[in-house]
Amino acid sequence: MIRDTLVPLFAGTIFGAGLMLGGMTDPARVRGFLDLFGAWDPTLAFVMGGAVLVMALAWLLQKRMQRPVFAEGFALPDRSDITARLVGGSALFGIGWGIAGLCPGPGFAALAIEPLSAAIFAAAMLGGMLLVRLVEGQG
Amino acid sequence: MNLPGFPDAAPLAGLGGGVLIGLAAALMLLGAGRIAGVSGIAARAFGLAESSMPRAGAWAFVIGLPLGALIVASLTGAAAPSFAGPVTLAVAGVIVGIGTRLGSGCTSGHGVCGMSRLSQRSLVATATFMVTGFATVAAMNALGLEVLP
Repeated sequence: MIRDTLVPLFAGTIFGAGLMLGGMTDPARVRGFLDLFGAWDPTLAFVMGGAVLVMALAWLLQKRMQRPVFAEGFALPDRSDITARLVGGSALFGIGWGIAGLCPGPGFAALAIEPLSAAIFAAAMLGGMLLVRLVEGQG
Repeated sequence: MNLPGFPDAAPLAGLGGGVLIGLAAALMLLGAGRIAGVSGIAARAFGLAESSMPRAGAWAFVIGLPLGALIVASLTGAAAPSFAGPVTLAVAGVIVGIGTRLGSGCTSGHGVCGMSRLSQRSLVATATFMVTGFATVAAMNALGLEVLP
């Protein structure tokens, strides 16, 4: 139980710190990055680049490991099919990201710096997720 | 440090933040054997998705996010940024929620964890949400829609 929660707690905390430091919790910064045809702000490219670089090294290590350090086995996505659902959903997500300048991680992280705004965004996001679940009849 | 031609950019803070995000995702992968995809983990925490991830762990990750932001905010003493108004936030939130469930991920799961693994699905997803993100901001600017005060 402690093992199952401590690793995600530390990971979430470091993740939230990175989001805050990198400017992902600042909607103006995010929308500045998405304003490719206007006053473009490349900061988020450095965030993405740094994160992908470190994570690419982690994947190299993962290939040499029989099992994770604090769990019985790896539980990783293994799909490779490109579906209309994947593309359509991602297209929608980009639209929502562009409108308010917030994606899911920063939506939760920003609860620490602007609780009301972040709570509205996070609640609406969970509402959208619930809607998908209800429409698909899994609820 | 300034980036020539981009006086408002913060490349070092961006890189530092990115490295922290990468380390967090690496800890999830090598420690817990899982993808640090925020939309999926949040859905699991709130009972909105089936997953083999222990629910307590999903909650711990979600609680960690504001905790980490709080630590950085108190260390740097930076002023809180501006956010969109409540209606805009609600509309954007619903769209992000629907989109990330249908698309099986967001900036973290596809953009960081999937891209670094060269997952075809994540490459397609990331390219797609980047393009619609660019297009959305461009369209809103063309229409004169200001969302941030």
